[in-house]
Formats: sequence, structure tokens, C-alpha cells
Amino acid sequence: MRMQSGLPKAQGMYHPENEHDSCGIGFVAHIKGQKSHEIVQRGLDVLINMTHRGAESADNKTGDGAGIQIQMPHEFFISQGIQLPSPGSYGAGIVFLPKNETNAKQCLEIFEKIVNEERLQIITYREVPVNSGCLGEIAKSNEPAMKQVFITGKYEQEELDRKLFIVRKLSENAIRNSNIPNKEAFYFPSLSTKVMIYKGMLTPIQLKEYFPDLSDRNMISAIAMVHSRFSTNTFPTWDLAQPFRYLAHNGEINTIQGNRNWMKAREGLLQTELFGKDIQKLFPIIEPGKSDSASLDNALEFLHLAGRSLPHALAMLIPESWNEKNPIPESLKAFYEYYSTIMEPWDGPASIVFSDGRYVGGTLDRNGLRPSRYVITKNDIIAMGSEVGCQVFPPEDIKVKGRQRPGKILLVDTKLGIIIPDYEIKEQLAKMHPYQQWLKESRLILSDIPVRQRVPSELGEDLPKYSKVFGYTKEDLEMVMIPMATEGYEPTGSMGNDTPLAVLSERPYRMFNYFRQLFAQVTNPPIDPIRESLVMSLTNYIGSVSKNVLVDSPAHCKSIKFKSPIITNTDLAKLKNLNEEGFRHKDISILFPANGGEDALEKRLEEICIEAEKAVDEGYNYIVLCDRGISAEWAPIPSLLATAAVHHHLIEKKKRMQVGLIVESAEPREVHHFACLIGYGASIVNPYGAFAIISDLCQKGKIKHDYVKARELYIKAIDAGLLKIMSKMGISTLRSYHGAQIFEAVGIGENVINKYFVGTPSRIGGLGFKEIQEEVLKPHREFFQLGLNGDLKTFGFYHYRKEGEQHGWDPDAIGLLQWATRTNNYSKFKEFTSYVNQRNQTPLFLRGFFGYKTNPIPIDEVEPISEITKRFITGAMSFGSISKEAHEALAEAMNKIGGKSNTGEGGEDSERFKPLPDGRWLRSAVKQVASGRFGVTANYLVNADEIQIKIAQGAKPGEGGQLPGIKVNKVIARLRHSTPGITLISPPPHHDIYSIEDLKQLIFDLKCINPNAKISVKLVSENGVGTIAAGVAKAKADVIIISGSEGGTGASPISSIKHAGLPMEMGISETHQTLVMNNLRGRVRLQTDGQLKTGLDVVIAAMLGAEEFAFATTALIVLGCVMMRKCHLNTCPVGVATQEEELRKRFTGRSEYVVNYFTMLAQEIRELMAEIGVRKFDELVGRADLLTIRSFPNHWKAKTVDVSKLVYVPKEAKIYPIHYTTPQHHDIDKQIDHELIRLANAALKSKDKVWIAKPISNVDRTVGAMLSGEVAKRYGDEGLPHDTINVHFTGSAGQSFGAFLAKGITFKLEGDANDYLGKGLCGGKIIVVPPTGSTFVPEENIIVGNTLLYGATSGEAYIRGIAGERFCVRNSGAYAVVEGVGDHGCEYMTGGRVVVLGRTGRNFAAGMSGGIAYVLDVDGNFDYFCNKGLVELTPLESIEDIKEVQQMISNHLYYTNSSLAERILTNWNEYLPKFVKVLPLEYKKVLEEQKLMQLQAKLELTEDEPHRRY
Amino acid sequence: MTVPRIEAGNRPISERLEDYSEVEQTLNDNERQLQASRCMDCGIPFCQWGCPVGNTMPEFQDAMYKGNWEEAIKILHYTNNFPEFTGRICPAPCEKACVLNIHEEPVTIRENECAAVEKGFAMGYIKPQPPKVRTGKKVAVIGSGPAGLAAADLLNKWGHTVVLYEKDEAVGGLLRFGIPDFKLNKSVIDRRVKILEAEGLIIKTNTMVGVDVKGKDLMKEFDAVCIAIGAGKPRDLNVPGRELKGIHFAMEYLTQQNRVNAGKEFSPEERIHARGKHVLVIGGGDTGSDCIGTANRQKALSVTQIEILPKPPVKRLPDNPWPYWPSVLKTSSSHEEGCSRFWSLSTKRFIGENGHVKGAEVVEVKWEKDANGRMTMIEIPGTERIIQADLVFLAMGFVSPVHEGLLDELGVEYDQRGNVKASPDKRTSVDKVFVAGDATRGASLVVHAIAEGRKMAKHVHEFLTKNA
Repeated sequence: MRMQSGLPKAQGMYHPENEHDSCGIGFVAHIKGQKSHEIVQRGLDVLINMTHRGAESADNKTGDGAGIQIQMPHEFFISQGIQLPSPGSYGAGIVFLPKNETNAKQCLEIFEKIVNEERLQIITYREVPVNSGCLGEIAKSNEPAMKQVFITGKYEQEELDRKLFIVRKLSENAIRNSNIPNKEAFYFPSLSTKVMIYKGMLTPIQLKEYFPDLSDRNMISAIAMVHSRFSTNTFPTWDLAQPFRYLAHNGEINTIQGNRNWMKAREGLLQTELFGKDIQKLFPIIEPGKSDSASLDNALEFLHLAGRSLPHALAMLIPESWNEKNPIPESLKAFYEYYSTIMEPWDGPASIVFSDGRYVGGTLDRNGLRPSRYVITKNDIIAMGSEVGCQVFPPEDIKVKGRQRPGKILLVDTKLGIIIPDYEIKEQLAKMHPYQQWLKESRLILSDIPVRQRVPSELGEDLPKYSKVFGYTKEDLEMVMIPMATEGYEPTGSMGNDTPLAVLSERPYRMFNYFRQLFAQVTNPPIDPIRESLVMSLTNYIGSVSKNVLVDSPAHCKSIKFKSPIITNTDLAKLKNLNEEGFRHKDISILFPANGGEDALEKRLEEICIEAEKAVDEGYNYIVLCDRGISAEWAPIPSLLATAAVHHHLIEKKKRMQVGLIVESAEPREVHHFACLIGYGASIVNPYGAFAIISDLCQKGKIKHDYVKARELYIKAIDAGLLKIMSKMGISTLRSYHGAQIFEAVGIGENVINKYFVGTPSRIGGLGFKEIQEEVLKPHREFFQLGLNGDLKTFGFYHYRKEGEQHGWDPDAIGLLQWATRTNNYSKFKEFTSYVNQRNQTPLFLRGFFGYKTNPIPIDEVEPISEITKRFITGAMSFGSISKEAHEALAEAMNKIGGKSNTGEGGEDSERFKPLPDGRWLRSAVKQVASGRFGVTANYLVNADEIQIKIAQGAKPGEGGQLPGIKVNKVIARLRHSTPGITLISPPPHHDIYSIEDLKQLIFDLKCINPNAKISVKLVSENGVGTIAAGVAKAKADVIIISGSEGGTGASPISSIKHAGLPMEMGISETHQTLVMNNLRGRVRLQTDGQLKTGLDVVIAAMLGAEEFAFATTALIVLGCVMMRKCHLNTCPVGVATQEEELRKRFTGRSEYVVNYFTMLAQEIRELMAEIGVRKFDELVGRADLLTIRSFPNHWKAKTVDVSKLVYVPKEAKIYPIHYTTPQHHDIDKQIDHELIRLANAALKSKDKVWIAKPISNVDRTVGAMLSGEVAKRYGDEGLPHDTINVHFTGSAGQSFGAFLAKGITFKLEGDANDYLGKGLCGGKIIVVPPTGSTFVPEENIIVGNTLLYGATSGEAYIRGIAGERFCVRNSGAYAVVEGVGDHGCEYMTGGRVVVLGRTGRNFAAGMSGGIAYVLDVDGNFDYFCNKGLVELTPLESIEDIKEVQQMISNHLYYTNSSLAERILTNWNEYLPKFVKVLPLEYKKVLEEQKLMQLQAKLELTEDEPHRRY
Repeated sequence: MTVPRIEAGNRPISERLEDYSEVEQTLNDNERQLQASRCMDCGIPFCQWGCPVGNTMPEFQDAMYKGNWEEAIKILHYTNNFPEFTGRICPAPCEKACVLNIHEEPVTIRENECAAVEKGFAMGYIKPQPPKVRTGKKVAVIGSGPAGLAAADLLNKWGHTVVLYEKDEAVGGLLRFGIPDFKLNKSVIDRRVKILEAEGLIIKTNTMVGVDVKGKDLMKEFDAVCIAIGAGKPRDLNVPGRELKGIHFAMEYLTQQNRVNAGKEFSPEERIHARGKHVLVIGGGDTGSDCIGTANRQKALSVTQIEILPKPPVKRLPDNPWPYWPSVLKTSSSHEEGCSRFWSLSTKRFIGENGHVKGAEVVEVKWEKDANGRMTMIEIPGTERIIQADLVFLAMGFVSPVHEGLLDELGVEYDQRGNVKASPDKRTSVDKVFVAGDATRGASLVVHAIAEGRKMAKHVHEFLTKNA
């Protein structure tokens, strides 16, 4: 597949498939369709006002892309003297062409030929005037030639548009398949009778400059749809600028790989009268090598031109959530369900604006993870954008201020001059066909099908055979299956994975072990599948005769519906027994002859594919891949391989849509296995082997349930695990996860991948069919030939076993390290390192493949130890996960050697911020900001040398965390600003980082509050992490951490520890290479971690690209950790990972040991540097050319590995820096705060009260943070007295208004605000009121954005108007009053008070474990909108509650002059009964206990002092 | 960690000195299960690493804790043929490496092992499991100590026909004749041997290979020959007066008492008895300790034990950290029963009266590093004194296996120390002759012998099946 023009080809660890982008989007339209130049102008303004959402490249001038779509500017063309027929009877568009004129001509020749063949005529070409002078160098390097082409033909307008579509598709294909040099440049931004798109690799401001056309007064339109792009690379790509032909997209399609595959598979079935035979000309529907957004546009365009309306097509592609937790009509649910049987969702965070020239509108994905705000004026202008304030209108003109809601569509029909609200659109859609009736008639529900034949779960005497041949171990049973079948969820483990990659192990593994789960980081958020279950679904279908998605009929939904993809033996029999038209199945055995020679497996696999294809041809509706019947002669093909092979073979043959794939296998047993099977095409899995074992375990009493119950729990655990794996990638539905291949293969060879795992990244080579066969046959032989058929043995996969799998940390390694560091014995230390290094070369980790070239120099020429220890950091481990003693010992040691310790998520005692009188300093130099924002206050942040944004963690990337209430003692609760005993949940995503531009915003926030601190971003190694890192570098991070998946954890599901993320070596090399190629490497420091132990480990990591090194497990082991792997149980016997008073006494570590370790490590590094011949460490960084590669010819698996990509040196390394050279430019010098600080001087110096007034606009971001930093630096946690600094703003505030606002500062905003208002509020006060003169009703309009008061610890907020989604998310102490909120209000809240004087969205109080919310239940249905998982709802009864609510509302009235507040207070008796108190159950218990204790204390007091009694 | 370590403890001294029955007591099942529950199922079971046979402590103790005795025994038998021996007399390196031993309260692994296996016998879970198929291969195992026994057991279980040769009248080697009954009751060995025989193991006692049967005949008859004859040659003390009567190798003394306990009679001349005598034990190891226990049971007047090395520390020194084997002072149950212990004493000469030993002259020594960094002993002048002794036992370890006879006849190569030289896969220099245990690694623990025997069996099995 050819990649798009500007992106480099795949090289080294880099692959262009991984590129991401995200952006600012918007439109401006005149509702009544009045065309004007003003609309175009306003569109461009919207773009410019969102410049900060885009990004610039390394040349600081090239934009990532900007563009505008307008209605066909007929008037403009006429004014340019072009002779055109009437509007609608011609089409036009800009065509990008190669700069080289000959090549351009060649392209146009092909194009013109096609135009003629399709019986159209070219009217003329027009040279598009451009101003290339404004371009940045990078953009210029690839600037295409541009022409506008005008085409006509004797067709109706709609027909003409379809013809133009055909012409474009045919030209694209023909030129793509031609040999024309520079053909990559050929591209049509649009070709239509209705719209015209101007776009390019520009910044928003450049768009207007570059295309003078856009400034022409005759350039008029009633619609202007715009987009500015933030891409993760700096490569010149003009065609990836948006808008695309029909839409502009802000977000990410997580399931894109699957969606593209399925679209391809569908092509064989597509038919429509509109195109007739011409439909063939449109294939491939999805243009190869384009972005996810472009692919989505391709699909939308196709569906639309094939006859579906835009809203209809969008509702098919990006359906809203329709499970029982969503308040939409049944008829609409039926509509969605019907289409869900024939089209999988394109899932991911998405804010979309779309237009076809008549309609213009916007929609959000089901989660609503992207912001989208709109304003409608009294003179019929509507402006929608990612931010409010990107269009300024006088307050008195504003009619409505609103926001897009998750899953909803807003549509403007400029022809009829109306806005069509979502419910009306959806009602029309739902009425198009009798969907409910169709479903009832055609769609079967599995549980409703009667049982004809029960199939036993037991395997009887065959059980040992199956369990041995399929490689079950005692650990599988004890550590995975028994807990699942007993508890109903996946077991938790701790510490990292230190076993070798499957391909580096001498032992046979299941094929699943070669696949690592991918996860979302930065460019899109993971989801919380528990707290936000309303968007999640495991429902899937199988069956159906035909899937022509272009027509609708009842037969389309002729399928069987499942609630879970895991089915019992009896359910499988039900399916097999159906045997009626539309439900016929074909069994295919996936066994191969064990004695059939070296290629028996490969041959059999090919046969299976042919059998499957034949089954499709014969009209079977589903294929059952079955591995029953193993024997001495027959061995099983890995179920994953068989599934993927059939899936891809049928896609290739365009026969995949016709059948469903069912896997009946004894192999899958744990969650990851099922995820793999589904990810590679299985619809349903029947794990009969696992069931047989569970049944046996029940009989033996090892599972304390009866079998039926145990099986139910086991399936439940798998279901929950699948949801977790999907949500990690930000995917909500199994329908879209199905076949989406969200995996990277590690250790599977190219021929296997290219044949049967098409599209899966696999970068270090690995097993071929021969080795895969050997892997299957090893256990098979052991059973059948050697007769080793005793009980199952422990494999040593999770816990070390003497005879088991190797572990990086084994008793010798730990023993020697502790010995060496406790006695400061360098020769012991060398014993430790040589032991570890020698074992690494077995090989254990990928680093074992590397040696180094030598060129010795005297060691005294090498820089001193102190220069090297600066590069050492201890891993992020919160005080909470580890004990106070351990936490402080690390900090003290790192401060002593000039390295850094990392506080982890959970705050730090401010006592530790100042050095002790004896010179010891217990402050952690690195302060972490993680998704829970625990303990993140202004004072915390200003006391950091580096602030680390933790995006992901090696052991559980993409997942949240939870500190159970029992572990939250007084100190921890104080530091985390919570209440002892309350469970603290860290959400999977940062709720202020759903995309790369959000991360840029958070970096900016943190830089503002502490301009002296470096900002680091912690990522986890996975395929594409380099590209993400490039985006992070462009988002202005100072340091990027690439964590290896071997990193430790205090608690994580064991499948995540084992199956997510990649080794450090792969991540750091990919990142380094990608950054160098982008010329971004010099701007950031790269840090890495993951099983680093010895000097050699460090030196290898450095040569691969890292310049700083983090050690967590190693440091803990030095302090006494013995890898109990019990951190999650609080029972650490050495007092390291526990808060238990008694256990902490057992802590034997000392900070000196840590000092000893790092000093000896640095010395060893110096010795290695002397051997290699470098004097300064910087000279080592990125020098992959100094590495040598070792091979392992005698290792049956490792010999297939090829690590050469890891040491690839891109050619750019010759011209660009290969280590950190230049600091980032953070652009904080223009902050309003500088002036605020100057004006508040008196307050800061002597606590005098000051009053300040300022205008503000949405480009003023993070206002108040820098000021708060100043307050915190001077006054610490204490802050200033309330209302010391008073600032009155007017206008639209930018994002993060009042972030980290410290105590003593009061911000009043007259106007409106964007997302993240009051983020991390710590004591300050924020008031938002609509501007004077506005006439809209505040309590019915949106005046502030999403995610307000995120992680607030104290302070107050009063908002006169409605807030967006996730109001007060993770609030732990702020008091807030608001007049209505969107979805997910008070999510994860742990403290504080919230009063909502109006409606709430769905899922209110999800994950809320503390604090209280009072909601005015206007409609009496709050019950439905509240997630009652953790809370109880009661009326307002106690005097204290009533007083509290009254006081807060009265404050609200006082500060905002809210008429609603006034009405409520003056009619109190009428309103009181409508208030609902939302009280977390845990919190209630704690409050009651507190009360009881107070009472007891009082009682004791009176007992002791009887004289007080009277 | 809420359950403290509880040791079953020993019977009262006054009681146990009156007999040769086992000193150690047992806990009831409930308490035993509680003790097993103290195992924390460590992510890294250092205990298993420390254990020469690699017992999976977390697994068998978890099974015990859950009351699955049968499973616990099964798990023990995966790694150890004779948990009933090690459960009694192993110095338990596992417990030394136990994570809870960082704070000196390790799980009572040894006692748990013993309890599990006794429960297994009591419940009838341990019963003969003869192999279903015989391979037709024949193996001779020479020496029925723990190494030979373990090897013979495994090879027999895998279906080979195994003949176990023993020079003495009963199976067990040092297990039976070296270790006193008060530490290991010999019925424990008999019980196991019965099972082995029922499984088809052929045992030939009173058969000294090299004498009664010639090595070369074995080589003809068997597909593989395994040597596990132990390190039979004791270290002697060549000082003036060595020839005096009343000076014996420890093993003579211990063996005789064990035989007496087994019902054999000795003439007064032959009999070595400590009643009414002052006893001196030279050598501070386990054998010495066994002599003390035996002498006390024989009602010696006094018992003195001397050791040439310095007194070890009571607690670990910084340079001898967990989880490694601790070089610390060990006080056995025999020590508790009464004796004087001295360290850093070198024996200069024995003093006799009428050809019979009356005492030993000793001198204090100190240990210093010489120019090459080797520890060397230096006598401290003027510290000579005499220890009264009517009976002296030399318990200073063993030199090597006995070369004369079998080994020399087979022509196996020796290493520098005189042990049989073995390759990593336990082969000697002679084709199809394997070796294991003290005969190759030098005198060591029973548990090492079992580990060695198992290892040898594995390689013999590979050798036999590969050639098949």
C-alpha cells in the first residue's frame, strides 16, 4: 500500500500508519441561507481564534493544516469572468497536482480521459492564485500546484454529483496505479456541484493569506465550515488538511483498522440502482493510505451519494448509545439496533461538523468526549465551534447559547431556513421503516431459542489430554480461572512483568502471548467501562443472508443476537441445531496431522481457508472452527491463527460479510485470549476446554460454587475484562471491536503476518509456520509420546519457580543487589550486574541482543559520577502505594545525589517541601499529575522541579486505578484532600486530555503555575508511541518518558501486566527515531524505564535514544522489596508497599543504600563509557550506530528475531540533533497574569485587598494560574485571606479559566467560559454570569464548558447558567452552585458540595464516593439520570442539610444575582420537596462514624469531668 | 502475619534422655494448618530457591492450609522422594531463605513438610504406585543412602528395572546408621522401603559391590550403573597419642548405637559406651552434635565439644545477609541436653594412661588472612591446656569416597579432592556409569543427596531412552 504524499515511508521503528491528528473545528452559517462574504469572513475568524488548538512544526511556521468549505461560490467565479452555466448544472473543485508541469499534465491527461469516458465535459480550468510566500519551509517543500476545474454534463444536479464522484474515484485509482512521478500530489479536496473547499498545510492565519480568493468581497456563502489541524508529525502533507469532502472531524476513530477491513469486505455485496454497474468504479471505497478522518469521510460520502441522507448515514456510522441506560424512544432504539446488525460503529471520540452545501450540522460521538459549543443570534446566524468565543457577537444579539450533546445531531437546513433539532431528525429516521416490526420478525435472541439438546461441559477421561495438549498450567487454574469463576472478575496482581517475551523463551507459549493489546494514550482517551457503562455494549450478532448496506429490508436483520460473545456448549448446540434458512452452519476442524511433516500446519491452514470459502459459496451462514477430537495423530492449530486466517482469507475474497465466525476451542481461557479471537474476526467463542476444567474444579471443591454458578461468574469476568480491554483503546462496543485488530504482534514473522494477520504491526520478526507448529507439538508430544500426563505443573509465568520460566528478578539478583547496596561493596555490585547481564543474554529481554563497539579511553577522561547520577530518577510511586518510610528514603537519596524522586499520584506533605535543619531534604523533585489529580494544589505544583503528566503506566496502560477505602488512612486522606475511609478512584483518562491539543493545554496550565518547572509527559511503549511523542513534543513537553511495559504497579489486573504495552527497547527506539525524523528530538529530553538494573542496561537504553533513566522496582529492592507481588493487598512483609503500622516497622531500608546503588551504577556506567570511548554521556545518547547485534542461532525461537529496526538510524540524524539541545518555547510571556501579578502587588506583598478589571477573550487561556503560583510560593497552602485579590473579567474566557486558583483570589467573569474552568481550584472563588445586556434566559443556556472544577480541592464556584459534561469531576473539596449540568455530573467526586438548580444529564454521580450533591429535581425524573452505583438519593430532611443548601443558594444569589436563586429562596417551601440529596454510601458511613466519635468524645469529656455536667 | 511462628518443640530433656525415640514433638492438625497459613505465597519463593530439591513450599503449604492433605503430599512428592526424611533432619535452608526470616520468624516449613507426609501415611495416601509399563532397561544403583535411594526410586517409577545394592544389612546408608534414632526413627525408613519394594524395586543388602559382586559383572548385566556410595572416608587427626584406646571416629560410635537400637548385640570389647565417662567430641558439626546426644543418653559424666574454627556469631553479620545460608551459631537439641562447647581450639596431642586416653592437650588459635588472602590458623602461645577425656570422638568430616574396591576397579576418574569426577549430566569418566551424592560432591546434607540422586536419575533416564 502506498502512503500518502508527504509522510515518510515506514522505516526503522517508525510507521506512517500511526499518525494521528486532532484539532479545532467549527462552522458559521446563515440559517435562512442568505449568502454573504461576512459568513466566509466569520468562518476564517473562527479558525484564527482557535489557532492554539492547532500546532506548528519544527520550523515554527508551518501549520499542520487548515481549510474551509463553502457553498459553491458561483458569484465569485462569474466575477472572475468565467463562463459558467447556471448553478447546479456544473461542478467544480480544486485539484492538487505535482509541481513538475510534465507530471501535472500527465495526471490531467488521465483525468480528462476519464471525464470524457463518463460523458462529461470540462468547461475550463482556472489557475488558483496562491501566495506561497507566507508558507513555512516544511509546507513549501511539498506545495502542490493547484487548478480549479469546472465540469458540466447533461445530468440533473444529484446525478451530476454522482458522476463527479465516479470521475474522482476513477482518477484517483488510475493515477495511483500509474507510473507518473510525483503522482502522490494528485488530490481533489472537493469536486462537487454544491461546495468548494480551500485547504492546505497552513496555519489558520495563513489560510486567508495563501488563498487571496477567500478575501474577495464576491466570495460569498451562507455556510462556512472550517478546520485546523494538530498533527503528531511535522511531515508535509497537504491532502490531510481538513475539511474533507463532507465533513471535518476533531477526534480519532479507534476502530479504524476494523472499519476499513469491513468496508472492504462489504464491497462484494454492494448494490444500488443509483449507480448500477458503475458502483464497481467506486472501489475501493476507502482511499488507501489516508487518515482515519479521511476514511470516515469516504464512507460517509459513499453512503450519502448512494442515497442515504447525511444524518441517516451519520447515524449508521456513529450511532448514539442506545442501551437501557439511555433515554431515547423505543422506535429509535429499534432503528439503531437494526443498523447495528449491518454496520459496525466507527468508534472513537469525535466531534464532527458536516455539510453538503445545503445542510450544515454537527454531531458528537456517544461519549461526547470532544467539546462543541454553539451560539445562535437573533439575526439568524449560527456559529458552532470547539470553543465558545471563537465568534464574538454583542450580548443583546444572542438568542441561544448551547452545546452539542453526546450522540446528538444538530442540523441546519439553509434552504428551508430552519434548525432541525435532534429529536425531529431521529424521529424521521426511526419512522423510515417499521424497524421494531422487522426486528421482531427476523432477529432471534439466543436466550429465547429453545434448547433441543444439552451438551455436557465435562470432558471426562479426556480432560487430562485436553488440558495437557492445550498447555494448561496450574497457574492458569489457580491464578486465573479459579478467581474468575469464584469472584466473577479478573484477578489483580502487582509489580511488573519480568518474564521474557514469548519469542525469547525456550518454553512453548500459546500464540495469544505474542499479541499485545494496544491502548489509547494522548490522542484519544480510554473510557471507564464501569462508571460509564452507559456507552458500553457487548451485544453482537451472527447470521444474516446478505449485507448490502445500501438498501433496507427485514431480511437484513435476520440474525441472532448475543449479550455476550462467550457461549456455553448447549448454546452452541442451539445454533448448530437451528439449521433453517439463514442460519445454516458449517463445521470446520482446525486440527492438523501431528506427523504430517514440517509444513503440516501451514498446509492444513490453507485447506481450512479453502473449505471456508467453499462454505460461503454453498450458502452457509456461519462457520464453526472447532478443535475437538485431538489425538496422537491430530494436533490443534492455534485457535487465533485459524480464526485470523479464515477471517483474512474471506476478506481478501470479498466473502467475509456473508458468514459469521464461531470458534469452538479448548484453547482460550483468559480474557486476553478472547479479546484476540474477537479482534481477529470471531463473533462468538465457545471455550469448551475452559468450561470442562471449571466443571472439574467445581467437582473437586476448588471452586466453591456449583458449576452453573461458576460458569456464569467466569463468563461475567470475561465480559468485564473484554469491556476493559476495549475501553482501554476508547472503544465502546464489541460490534466495532470485532475484527478491529487492536493488537501489535511481538515475535511473529513477516510471512505469517502478511498472510493471515494483515495490517498487524510486527516489528522484530519472529516465528514462522514451522516454529508455530513446533510450539503446538511440544506439549502434544509430551503427552502422547513421552507420556508425561501427571498433574498440571506451575509454569512460573506469574510467580518465580526454580524450575519454571525465567524472571528478571530472581533470588540471586535480589540477594546480590541487596547485599551489594547494604554493604556498599562494589565487587558484590559487579557480581550482581554480571549475573543480570549474563542472564539477559539468554536472551531474557531484547537488550540481550545488543553489545557495543569499543574504542577504549582512560576512565579519568570520562565525566564524573555526579554528572551521571543527575540522570537518574526513581519511578513514580505514590505515598499510599508505598510506605512513608520508603517514599521519604527515596526522596532523600535522590536529593543527595542530584537525581530526582517522583512523588507519584497522591500528593506530598508540605512539611517535606523545605530542607530539614540537618540538611536532609525529603521533597520529591518530580511532582506527578495523574488522572485522579489527588493532592494537586497550587502549593504542590510550585514546589516541583519537574511536573509529570502521567498519561499511562507500564503495567496497566489505559486503565484507571482505585485505592480502596480501607487503605485510606488519615495521612493519606489529608494529602489527597479526601476523607479517611473513602475509596479513591483514578479515572482511566485525564478528563482534560481527550486529544493532543488538550494535552498541550494542560502543559500550558502547568507551565503557567510553575514557569520554572519542566513539564514531562509519561507514555507507555506501544506501536505508534513515537508518533504520539512527536505530538507531545509539539505540544511543548520538556521531557517525554517512554515507559516499558515491564514497569511495576501497586495493583493491576494480571492480564494487563502481561499483555499490554511493549518493552522499553522498542518504545525508546521508535520514539527517538521518529523525533529525529521530525527534527523534534533536540527539543525534549527522553527518559525511559522498564527493568533497568545495570550499567549496561542504561548504556544500551542511551544508545537507543534515552538520556534519563527511571528505576522503580530496582530502587525498592534496594530498600528491601523482595517481589512478594502483594502490594495490592497491603500485606507487604518488608514494610515497603504497605500503610499498616505494624508492617511498616519491618522496613529495613535506608536512603544510604539507594545512594550506594546509584553511585555504584554511575561508576559502572563510567567504566562502560571508557570502554566505548565517550567522555560525556550526551555523546552516547542516540548512538545506535555504536551498538552491535548478537544472534542466537541455537535458540529455537530467538533465532527468528530481527532487532535491526531498533538500531536504525534515520538519515535526518546527520542534520538534526540526536539528543536534547534546545529548550521549548512555552509562550507564557504574553499571559494576562503578568499584568495581574503587577496589579496585585500590594496583595501579594502585604495582603492588602485589590480590585482589578480586565477584558478577556477565548485566546486568553489559563488565566489565574500564574497569579496563584505567586500566592502559593509566598503563602503556601494557607493562601491569602478570602477575597484579597478581586478580578472582574468581561468577555469569553479561554480554557482553564481560574485553574488552580489559590485561596484569596476571586474571579468574576461576565460573559462565558470554555472547558476546564476552575481546574484544580484550591481555595479561590470563581463567579460566572451572563454579560450585561444579554436577553437569553441564563438557566436555559450554556455559559461554561465541560469538565469544570476537575480535581478541585477547595474553593467556591457560582455559575449562573448551565455547565457542560462532567461538572465537578473528581472534586474533592470545592463548593459549587450551577443551574444545570450535562452528562456525568459529579463523576468520581470524593468531597465538597455541589448544588444543581436544574436538570442534569445522564450518569450523574458515577463513581462518586464522597461529598454531597443537592439536585433540584425539576421534572421529578432525576432518579433515572443518576447512576446509583455508589450513592443513595434522599429528600432534604435534616436541618443541617437544609441550612447548607440555603446558604449556598443565598451565596449564589449574592454573587450572581441569579433570578432562579431568588425564585427558589422566596418560594422555599414549594421548592424544598423537589431537592434530592445525593449521598455516597461510603461517605455516609464515614460521616456517621465521625459524628459518633464526636459524640463519644463529648460523652467522655463529661464523664471525666463530672463538674461539667449540669 | 497475625499468626506467630510456633515450633512443636522437643520433648522435655529429662524425659528424652531416657530413650532413643525422636526428640521432636508434633502439633495438632489445626495448629499445623495455621502454621502452614503463615506462608505468604511470595512472588519469589526464596524458600524454593534455597531448597536443594526445589520443594514448592507455597503450593504444598497452601494445600495444607486448605486442608487438602492429599494434594499437599502429591506436591511434595513432585520434587522430593522422601519428605519424611527431610521433614525430620533437614537443616532447612528453605526456612533460612524464607521472606519471613528477614525478621527471624520463618514459616515452619520443615515441620510442615513432616506433618504433611505423616498425615499422608496415616491417611493411607502414600501407597505403592508401581509403573504401568516396564521399559526393559536395567539399572544398578550402588549404595542405598538418600542419593541412591532417590535415584533408584525415580528410575523404577519410570519403568526401568532397578537393582539397588547395599553393603550393610539394611537400606539407608548414613540415614540409617549415621543419624541417631532420636532424630530419625528407623521405622520411618522401613516404611518407605516397603513401598519401594512393593513398587518393584529390587534391593540386595549385605552385598558389597567390588567384593561380593564384581564391578565388571555389573557393567555386563546392566544398561547403566549408578554410584551413590557416599563419602566413606573420615578425616583423621594425626597428632601424638592418636593410637590410644578410647579414640574413635564418630561414625563408628553412632553406627554402633543405631545397630544396638536395632537389636544387634556387641561384645563388651567392641562396645563403645560413655556411661560414667568424660567425653570429648572433636568437631563442631552435626555429626559431633549427634555424638553428644548419644553420649548423654549413655549417661556420660561430662561431654565437651571443641571446634577449631572461631565461634560463629549469634546473628547474621552484614556480609552474610538474607537469603543466603547463615553462618551463625547453631544449637541443636543435643547441645541443649548438656555439654560444654569451645571454639578456636586446636588439638595438639592426646594424653594417655595405660594405653587409654585420659585427655587432650589443646591450644587456642586465631585465624588471620595470610599474604595470599587465605585464612590461616595461628596458635596463641601460652594458651595450652588439657581437657579431661576418657572417650574421644573424631567428628571432623569426611575426606572422600572409599577408592579401594569398586571405584578403582571401575576405573573412574577422581577430582582434586578425591571425589568421583562427574560431568554436569552426572556421568563419570566411564561410559554408562553415573555418580551422585557425597561420592562426587563430598559429604553434605541428606537433602543434597536426594537432589543429586534425582538429578542423576533424570540423566540416566535420558541416556536410556535416547539409546532406545
